[in-house]
Amino acid sequence: MIARVLAGERELYHELIRPYERLVYVTIFAILKNETEAEDGAQEAMISAFRNLKSFRGEAKFSTWLVTIAMNEARKRLRRAKTAAENSLNEPLEESEGDFTPAVLTDWREIPLEALERKELKEKLREAVALLPEKYREVFVLRDIEELNQEETASALGINTTLVKVRLHRARMMLQKLLVPYLRGQGPFHGQGKPARGGFFRRWFQ
Amino acid sequence: MNLECKHVWEHISSYLDKQLDAELLAAVEKHLESCEVCSAILDSTRNILVLTADDRTYELPLGYSVRLHARLEAAMRSLSG
Repeated sequence: MIARVLAGERELYHELIRPYERLVYVTIFAILKNETEAEDGAQEAMISAFRNLKSFRGEAKFSTWLVTIAMNEARKRLRRAKTAAENSLNEPLEESEGDFTPAVLTDWREIPLEALERKELKEKLREAVALLPEKYREVFVLRDIEELNQEETASALGINTTLVKVRLHRARMMLQKLLVPYLRGQGPFHGQGKPARGGFFRRWFQ
Repeated sequence: MNLECKHVWEHISSYLDKQLDAELLAAVEKHLESCEVCSAILDSTRNILVLTADDRTYELPLGYSVRLHARLEAAMRSLSG
């Protein structure tokens, strides 16, 4: 179908991208956590993919190629929106440093099924994902939200698979730590207990 | 091989992805059988991933597809001149 689009049947491009509409939007939304920006970004990414379709060589899957474009669009928009304060969160982190311990639970075994159904919990998860430092968030989005495999994620982000594995582990442990207190009803995201973003991550990486 | 809790934590992600080799897997599972703390950490992490993979966690805005294709059509027309 790609060859036909390139040969001039451009209306087929609509059908080509239809199965990936969600993939592109969710990738950008999970990075930016802003519906309007994500929708605009998804449109731009799909237009950019059309413009660059002839550079798709078929070495990667079409979905991975699209995700790479979506991720670049999200990064561009994030860079534009980022404050200096948020930038500083990402700087001190090195792959070999940091204490990535999970939250230790003593009186809790499992999230009850009804808790997983709660809309509020889904919102907390989206917030927690948006709080992850960018390089961890990107890997988490591709591996655990988009369910790309390790190799596809590495290829989309231009990093090696070992780094994908390390970053994914750290992202998951950070989310576990961010979400578990909330699940236990102690809400770290609101009220008196809400940590300043910088403060939280400083504590985390000490 | 006897693992301490902090060593088990390092392998939680690989355990969930079924990427541990047989020896390490056996050691982690042995530890999990007797350690409630690590079991709870594993369960909570797994449940977060279940929630993440749920399509309802990240939903598309209403009308997204229609707007996407309309803009695409306009862009393609202007690109084709």
